[in-house]
Amino acid sequence: MIMKNLSRRQYIKTTCAAGGCLLAAPLMQKFLTSNARAQSSGLEDKTEARYYQKLDNRKIKCQLCPRECVIDDLERGYCGVRENEGGVYYTLVYGKACSAHVDPVEKKPMFHFFPGSLAFSYATAGCNVMCKFCQNWEISQSRPEQIESLDLPPQKIVTLARHNHCVSIAYTYNEPVVFTEYLYDTAVAGRKPGVKSIMISNGYIQKQPMSDLCQVLDAVKIDLKAFSERFYTELVAGHLRPVLDTLVLLRKKNMWTEIVYLVIPGQNDDRRELKEMCKWIVTELGPDVPVHFSRFHPQYRLTNLPATPLETLKTARQIGLDNGLHYVYTGNIPGDPGENTYCPGCGAVLVRRIGFRILENKISDSKCPTCNYKIAGIWK
Amino acid sequence: MEKRRQFIKKTMLVGGALLLGRRSATAYAVPGLTIPSNTAGQKQSRVVIAHRNDLRTSQNLPDEAAVQKLLDTALENLFQQNSQNIWRYLFKPEDIVGLKVNCLAGKGLSTRPELVNAVVERLIAAGVNKSNIIIWDRHDNDLLRAGYTLYQGRQKVQCFGNNRVGFSQDIAEYGQIGSLLTRIVTEMCTALINLPILKDHGIVGLSAGMKNNFGVINNPNKYHDNIGDPFVADVNMLPPIRNKTRLIICDAITAQYEGGPPFMPQWCWNMDSLVVATDIVALDQVCWDIVETKRKAEKLFSLKQAGREPRYIATAADQTHRLGTNDLEKIECVRV
Repeated sequence: MIMKNLSRRQYIKTTCAAGGCLLAAPLMQKFLTSNARAQSSGLEDKTEARYYQKLDNRKIKCQLCPRECVIDDLERGYCGVRENEGGVYYTLVYGKACSAHVDPVEKKPMFHFFPGSLAFSYATAGCNVMCKFCQNWEISQSRPEQIESLDLPPQKIVTLARHNHCVSIAYTYNEPVVFTEYLYDTAVAGRKPGVKSIMISNGYIQKQPMSDLCQVLDAVKIDLKAFSERFYTELVAGHLRPVLDTLVLLRKKNMWTEIVYLVIPGQNDDRRELKEMCKWIVTELGPDVPVHFSRFHPQYRLTNLPATPLETLKTARQIGLDNGLHYVYTGNIPGDPGENTYCPGCGAVLVRRIGFRILENKISDSKCPTCNYKIAGIWK
Repeated sequence: MEKRRQFIKKTMLVGGALLLGRRSATAYAVPGLTIPSNTAGQKQSRVVIAHRNDLRTSQNLPDEAAVQKLLDTALENLFQQNSQNIWRYLFKPEDIVGLKVNCLAGKGLSTRPELVNAVVERLIAAGVNKSNIIIWDRHDNDLLRAGYTLYQGRQKVQCFGNNRVGFSQDIAEYGQIGSLLTRIVTEMCTALINLPILKDHGIVGLSAGMKNNFGVINNPNKYHDNIGDPFVADVNMLPPIRNKTRLIICDAITAQYEGGPPFMPQWCWNMDSLVVATDIVALDQVCWDIVETKRKAEKLFSLKQAGREPRYIATAADQTHRLGTNDLEKIECVRV
């Protein structure tokens, strides 16, 4: 049973905490249906995009993500939020947040970065891939004019984050690569008052923009969606290689990185594939990168598949540990012991979690209090 | 209740048409009005290219009266009926008719208001209430750029973009496509007329009938990979589009053979024509042929050589899609 380690008292406490978080949010999440008053949002307020090349006949070539869309005048890129007008490329989502929340940082999930802290989380419309299992498809697969947005310029985001006692700003829900200018400027604005920045990304980005973002980010979570090109082609409409390249780049930049792997029954849960991936992570990124094996729930265009069996997640976690990873978690199963952080040195429980709530954190001065083992992460 | 005389007249008209021509495989075949063919059994679909030398005014703009005549000529040759009968049989007074124009490229290369006005006039004459006619495209801004006047209400013909009414909440899926569809198509209209522009397209090769239906979906930017194949065909398989489209009238008054989809005057020519059909695949095949002929005359590479052969047309005709025929041998292309 999922909740077998959760007492009634703990459950109520957890639920109340989550509720409190929602109440604290200054802006309710606005997943607006297409039937909402569909006013033009973003189309009139354009900001010139970065990372593109001008071509002949008013065409441009986008150099933000590996797709490298070549876009004619008055057309948009694959992401749907960047438009060529007269040979100048514009982002239509700069300062236009369609969703904003105050979340526990564990919700990202980010387990080794200021545990128990709050992250001011926001999104815009658009995405540069099209996962058939996307849980936020209402915004990620929409154009800016199809959903309602709020005017939230970078400085306003920082003010809201501070007002809500957030340690960090999380660029999340949709794919932040597509609003890279907005992200970058918000992260810069947050640096002065000491608000951190976390990018929650699919890693589908070119080297230059990612390198630039590394200068202003404090942590990155990458959704590694599978370890096979077939999966990326068929279910993501993208490619695996660029994501792996991004992970290696983040390692070289010493960026704190955590990986989430959504385990989908019959699609990316092959044991050999999982083993191969874990080995690759250990070799290329090191054993200290936390890996979260998360539970899939039927969503969007994959409603024909069942939710991931708990045993599959536990097996995946074990494969990770057996292949040398130090911090492997199960995700989306509140109360599972796989949510806790264990010391790689002595095996002691260091951080006990239920869902997004920290019940106990024994890490002291980034070390295990029992054996003094240095625990990787950014703890305070 | 129909009078006996009316019933007999209607039955004879339909029966006559059936005897004259084999029913097209297209999903766009019009119930109650089948396209006749002079070569019974050999041709599956008819496409009419109607042209007038006197289409333009001295200011080089389309003359509204001449466009009206051109439209009548085109349809009369397609259905071999007089214009009045055609519109009455295609549309009922209770229909709410959506006119899908293509206005992305602005005034220079969008579906001409003169043509749309001609269609509107014939619909009204056929008994359709003017406020039950909706001229639409993806966004208000597209329509404004092309010279249309926006209106939403009950006093006159309506004209607005998808942005006014939004999209259906259910995901429509076929093949590779998963999209929300504009409520104009799913909830408001009972019938559709597709009014595309004939132009080159820098990614998928050709923008004509099938490509114009990308304006129905919320996420067209997701479906240009692989030269639009099979995505363009898949979009046209979505039931609300298949079932409601009754006619395709392609505006080839000004056409463009290179540099599309934006307006590039250096690659446009005054074709002063309309291309009409009920078989959208046949229409696109003929339009492709027109563009290739022009490209050859202008000493440009063929679309295949340019790496953007519109393969989606063949896909739309394949055994899985069966949206129409792309075999020029089986298309009766009538030039008038």
